[in-house]
Amino acid sequence: MEFERREAPYLAPTASVSSIMLQVLLALIPAALAHVWYFGPGFIFNFIIAAAFCVSGEALMMRARGREPALALSDYSALVTAALLAFALPSLTPWWVTATGALFAVVVAKHLYGGLGFNIFNPAMAGYVVILVAFPMHLNLWVAPRMGDIDYQYLSIFETLRYTLTGSLPDILTFDAVSRATPLDAMQSGLKNARTVAEIQTLPIMGDFGGRGWEWIGNFIAVGGFWLLIRKIIRWQIPVGVGLGLMLPAGIMYLVEPGSHPGPGFHLFSGATLLCAFFIATDPVSAATSPKGRLIYGFGIGFLIYAIRTWGAYADGVAFAVLIMNVAVPAIDYLTQPHIVGHYDGDEDPLEPANDGEAP
Amino acid sequence: MSAPTYDLGKLHGGLRLDSHKQVSTAQPILEVPLPSHLILPLAQHVGEPAHPVVSIGEHVLKGQLIAQHEGSIGAPVHASSSGTVVAIEAWPIVRRLGDKAPCIVIETDGEDRARDVDEADVPYTAMRPEELAMRILEGGIVGLGGAVFPTAQKLMQAKTCQLDYLILNGVECEPYISCDDVLMREHACEVISGAQILLHVLSLDVCFIAVESDKPEALHALADAMTAAGDERLVLKQVPTIYPSGGEDQLVQLVTNREVPSGGLPSDIGCLVQNVGTAVAIHNWINNHEPLISRITTITGDGVRQPMNVRARIGTTVADMVAFAGGYTDVAKQLIIGGPMTGRSVTTDRVPVVKASNCILVLSATPSPGPEKPCIRCGDCAAVCPVQLLPQQLFWYACADDEKHLRSYGLTDCIECGCCDLVCPSHIPLTADFRKAKARFRELADEKARAERARKRFEARSERLAREQQEREAQLAAQKQAARKAGPAAIAEIMRRKKKDRD
Repeated sequence: MEFERREAPYLAPTASVSSIMLQVLLALIPAALAHVWYFGPGFIFNFIIAAAFCVSGEALMMRARGREPALALSDYSALVTAALLAFALPSLTPWWVTATGALFAVVVAKHLYGGLGFNIFNPAMAGYVVILVAFPMHLNLWVAPRMGDIDYQYLSIFETLRYTLTGSLPDILTFDAVSRATPLDAMQSGLKNARTVAEIQTLPIMGDFGGRGWEWIGNFIAVGGFWLLIRKIIRWQIPVGVGLGLMLPAGIMYLVEPGSHPGPGFHLFSGATLLCAFFIATDPVSAATSPKGRLIYGFGIGFLIYAIRTWGAYADGVAFAVLIMNVAVPAIDYLTQPHIVGHYDGDEDPLEPANDGEAP
Repeated sequence: MSAPTYDLGKLHGGLRLDSHKQVSTAQPILEVPLPSHLILPLAQHVGEPAHPVVSIGEHVLKGQLIAQHEGSIGAPVHASSSGTVVAIEAWPIVRRLGDKAPCIVIETDGEDRARDVDEADVPYTAMRPEELAMRILEGGIVGLGGAVFPTAQKLMQAKTCQLDYLILNGVECEPYISCDDVLMREHACEVISGAQILLHVLSLDVCFIAVESDKPEALHALADAMTAAGDERLVLKQVPTIYPSGGEDQLVQLVTNREVPSGGLPSDIGCLVQNVGTAVAIHNWINNHEPLISRITTITGDGVRQPMNVRARIGTTVADMVAFAGGYTDVAKQLIIGGPMTGRSVTTDRVPVVKASNCILVLSATPSPGPEKPCIRCGDCAAVCPVQLLPQQLFWYACADDEKHLRSYGLTDCIECGCCDLVCPSHIPLTADFRKAKARFRELADEKARAERARKRFEARSERLAREQQEREAQLAAQKQAARKAGPAAIAEIMRRKKKDRD
């Protein structure tokens, strides 16, 4: 009898890129529902537009690179990029703004670097930063969270869709009527105007730790994040690193000067901190790969988020923090190579090996 | 003494795999009937192939020496039954490269008549360790865990080092394989006896017998046998059920918390590892005068009708083995000699069972994992690597054929366990790529050696030419000197003679 010739190992692989990306998308669903609940249906429109442009951009780039588009589309990574971008954008965003970010993310940040696996920068964050630079005014249009006691004019699905497609509001409404400062914006401008943290936190948009509504989205992001941790899709080092990098300086500054520095809880539950810790910084392609390296990478992002929020010109610093640390990844990986079993430093005794030694 | 103690060290990474072992351990070890032909390769071990000492047409007896060992590393081959040598020719065998190798083919006569034992019945304790090692060499004993390194030479090499422990490897961590498990269950006393012989050869006082925690029957049998033997030198160790805890270096690390140095041997850190099957083979040879002519092999997988463990004569073809186990099922597509992680796939079942054949695994077609995707740097490969390599970096450098970085990132430390392959979400055949890169290293080393030889030859030639030139010049100078000393009349005389020679 004749048989097939194969190479060891012969067991079927246990994971696939597609299933990893699908699980990441699944893990985002609770937070997405919360987002729609608190900030209206705009999130859905943003996601659909981002997904359409990410997917078609990827297909076109694969064609242009002489490859089969299905090869890249079947890994669903373009949809993850679209979802992260949709989370980063205000629920009221004109379609061309979303499209610009999505196309830059997939075409420039991803495929011009060689496609999935070769991109140095996190595509979603690169796309977001382009929007931040090109359309800064559009990123200020956050509607107020839907909470019973906040006095606010809500937009219907139709009005939201109309704004997404045309960039204009119904004649009777003004931007001021529908938009509210984000908690981070409110904190930054409040501090600039010499108000204390305690005063600012009495604003109606502020909740127990961060902003109202925002906190709840954060909770659901954390739920999805913990699910990914349990599923071993992500590892603990990056989320913990981001948390420590942000909360250590925040905690120290808060203890020193509580009047002008919001506490670690505010930082954790504001802006995109939790999304970054569990979903953005954990993008394996653009992150460090060794366990120790990931801790350092996460810590760096957390610290930079704090630094930009506290001393920078922008209210939130997640995108910049991630992109800056993306640049540092090769160096981190080089410096944190694990000890190879059986390799000894010059005067180390093989009979007393150090199990956690580090490469020089 | 009967309670197993736990291991000291910790293994990095590894995988918990479905064991698939119960299917083949349900019944006791069965004897495969004598086949009509036995095919005995001359190279069933690491090192030089043995050279035949029988000729075609000669009648041989069971246990008779038919090929003598050669070189500093090698092992002899014995006839596994009585019969006539009908051919010494190339036959398909299990190897990674090349498909055929010289084999002695014996047509069995069905009598299975054993040779007369001429060795004197001296108890091994009365023999000197070196003598005993030589005896082990004569028995054709090689490591039965899969590496098939000649046992005698391994023992002699280890004796040149400062040894602390003998470790018997009964871990058998690879899925499907269960031959060591049933061996320990049914032949625990022989394992103990083999361990005692090894301790005598090595003049050692400590022997750890390591067994994976998922083999309670084997652990019990060994514990009982150890109690019966009452030998305080033997210690039973239970190691966690995690692949690849049975790799030689990995087991040393688990049991002693010492890391085998890169490029070195366990004996460098005072350990010697032997498979439990090897210990039984040593017992059978030293105490019962039976050379290594049979072994226990697992026949299993969803491509076999009745998975089982058998005692088979070396030289029985895989086709005969599978026929004994009820034949192939309809789904049989892949034939693997060894386990599903490190075994070798063969295209034909005409290959014989050799000393290394611990398992015959017949599997259905594995579903295609789809096209290979780019590496997403998830690092799962590094998380499971038992040597703590960074396979994702190695893969990158292997693609670029970057020898310097491949070396500094430890390619040569890769044990090819296959863990990284299994967890890779991009389905990159990492182990195969690393094997290729290592082969390329060997090629480069060969090329370098060839170039070095050529350079040496060239240098020797240049040196010789220069020396000859020098000698000629010195001779000439001496002649001139002599002529000058002799004066003008003598010069004129020489010139005249030369002229005459020319005419």
